[in-house]
Amino acid sequence: MAIHWFKYASPASFYGLAGPMIPWFAGAAVVTTLLGLYIGLVLAPTDFQQGDSYRIIYIHVPAAWMGMFTYLVMAGWAAAGLVFNTRLSGMMVQALAPTGALFTFIALWTGAFWGRPTWGAYWVWDARLTSTLILLFLYIGYMALRASIDDPRRADRAGALLTLVGVVNIPIIYFSVKWWNTLHQGASVKPGSSSMATVMLTGMLVMAFAAWMYTIAISLARVRSIIVEREQHSAWVGELLVAEETAGTSGDVQRSKGETAR
Amino acid sequence: MLEVSALAAARGDRVLFAGLDFSVPAGGLLQVTGRNGTGKTTLLRVLARLARPESGEVRWKGTPVDELGDEYFADLCYLGHAPAIKDDLTARENLAISAGIAGVTVDAAAIGAALAEVGLTGREMLPGRVLSQGQRRRVALAQLYLGSRKLWLLDEPLAALDTEAADAFIARLGRHLHDGGVAVVATHHAIEPAAPATLHQLRLGGAR
Amino acid sequence: MSFNWCLTPISVLRRDLLLTLRRPAELMTTLFFFIIVVSLFPLGIGPQPELLREIAPGVLWVAALLASLLALPRLFAADHADGTLEQLALAPQPLSLIVFAKLVAHWLTTGLPLTLLAPLIALQFDLPASATWVLVGSLALGTPIFGAIGAVGAALTLGLRGGGVLTAVLVLPLYIPALIFGAGAVEATLGGLDAGGHLSLLAALTVFTLTFAPWAAAAAVRISLD
Repeated sequence: MAIHWFKYASPASFYGLAGPMIPWFAGAAVVTTLLGLYIGLVLAPTDFQQGDSYRIIYIHVPAAWMGMFTYLVMAGWAAAGLVFNTRLSGMMVQALAPTGALFTFIALWTGAFWGRPTWGAYWVWDARLTSTLILLFLYIGYMALRASIDDPRRADRAGALLTLVGVVNIPIIYFSVKWWNTLHQGASVKPGSSSMATVMLTGMLVMAFAAWMYTIAISLARVRSIIVEREQHSAWVGELLVAEETAGTSGDVQRSKGETAR
Repeated sequence: MLEVSALAAARGDRVLFAGLDFSVPAGGLLQVTGRNGTGKTTLLRVLARLARPESGEVRWKGTPVDELGDEYFADLCYLGHAPAIKDDLTARENLAISAGIAGVTVDAAAIGAALAEVGLTGREMLPGRVLSQGQRRRVALAQLYLGSRKLWLLDEPLAALDTEAADAFIARLGRHLHDGGVAVVATHHAIEPAAPATLHQLRLGGAR
Repeated sequence: MSFNWCLTPISVLRRDLLLTLRRPAELMTTLFFFIIVVSLFPLGIGPQPELLREIAPGVLWVAALLASLLALPRLFAADHADGTLEQLALAPQPLSLIVFAKLVAHWLTTGLPLTLLAPLIALQFDLPASATWVLVGSLALGTPIFGAIGAVGAALTLGLRGGGVLTAVLVLPLYIPALIFGAGAVEATLGGLDAGGHLSLLAALTVFTLTFAPWAAAAAVRISLD
């Protein structure tokens, strides 16, 4: 009955577990971002076809990957939450959504910047761009649904169900948009297609790793705020507040409470 | 027949009740009292499996209700605050359809008899929108009398009823208990049906 | 006492049809909305027959989609307000089966009338007969998807502030595949191509959606009642 995996599914233990991990992931994010940008902007050569404008891929491609992948992770947590009825799962989904939406938005924005010199227009109805736009709509739908439900537990479960419905539909949407795209226009130039120099690929992978580290760090920090806000009436948060205050480091919890209280 | 152990429920982040234990035998009536906002409605909704408890278990005839599933629903009749009456349907249609939804097969005579029992003879063909609050409540109560469901979960069944209708209902509740039924009633009014097998009182929100 | 497994779904289906019959104005409003939206496009774009014929598939499909969207609150909102939804959730039959019955009733009173109205409105766009038939077929296949996916959104937003607009934000992205295959089928016919591929994919999507959406919508109803 007592499976110790579930120990960390309790928000109280996860709060303690996540705290010390944040600086490590944040540090890794900073280091790998600097390294990736150095490889991408200094070491990597200029592309003979696209010139220097191609260098946006060091932001664009990792952001697009991360945007998609974060939705999958959300769906995983959502499924776990609905099946095992753990409180932490809904909080994780809630914590991940803004970061996923941010990366999806960055992917769209940088895509537009890249599209202007390459395609001659900020926006073309390319299959990937269109799918990414729809992905952003799914993120916005999740956040809009959460924002309008007052009861956090109903919000958790409703959001989880919506995320799962979304993740089932993503392959269908992607396929249909691709099909629509091939019927309406020929194949277009895609960022990062064809053979790529090793140094370019390395830069991109390092940046993708940086995006991972950033996402983990920021969502752990956010989930800690959510935990404190949601459990503010429980005994352990009360003790925590007292302990932090007497230790003279009350800033951490107080600030995160202020942030989430809006 | 109905057993509850270590039941806890919350609304939002506020715990309404915790560690609730009771059991109601066949023929037993549990009257739930307590001030507004102490969780009477939530308790009934948890018992009906409409709301999820924070922790604890509800058992019916010895089996957890989550395992019983539809079998439990077949034994159960829940009446909430809203009487589930459609404005555009007549009293008779409303009752026939609620019976159909509950999976109870009834004929026209049974529906007429149930409406007569709640004193709506002659008003069977009136649409829901012209019925008064009390008359709507009577139509809702009439569905208890269709079929022979063992467990009645009633949230303020006497609300909007006049004394005469309330007395008639309490008498009918007495017969239900006499026939071995079980009832959990959340109410402010004292209900004393003729000699139930056991009468329990549960006061929520007393401690704390 | 005998239980009949199909008694509840059939009661719900009959009741929903009866309620629509008693109050046909709601259905009529949906249909008029469809007609008005479609009529706005020639006014906004200009009456060139060539252009109108070209945009007709998209315009008719998007208008049918929006009309279906407006009809979604009819699915659960009234039942939620008067307590009937709780009784449905307590019926001794799977809630997904009951939701399916409601979807059938909803389609008969929304999707089917829209489908039957479409060829009449297609006249405004000078659509050839072959394309009109494909339009009717694709709408017949596609409108159940709007109801079924919409049911999940409508159930999730029960009792919330701004429920209608929120439902739209939740379900519109999920309507895109149906729109692409449906409008694409009509467009292919207009271009002299075979619409079979589009229609098969649309039919597959309909079957898939009708298999899983009632289950998801039932789960959403339970979440909203909790």
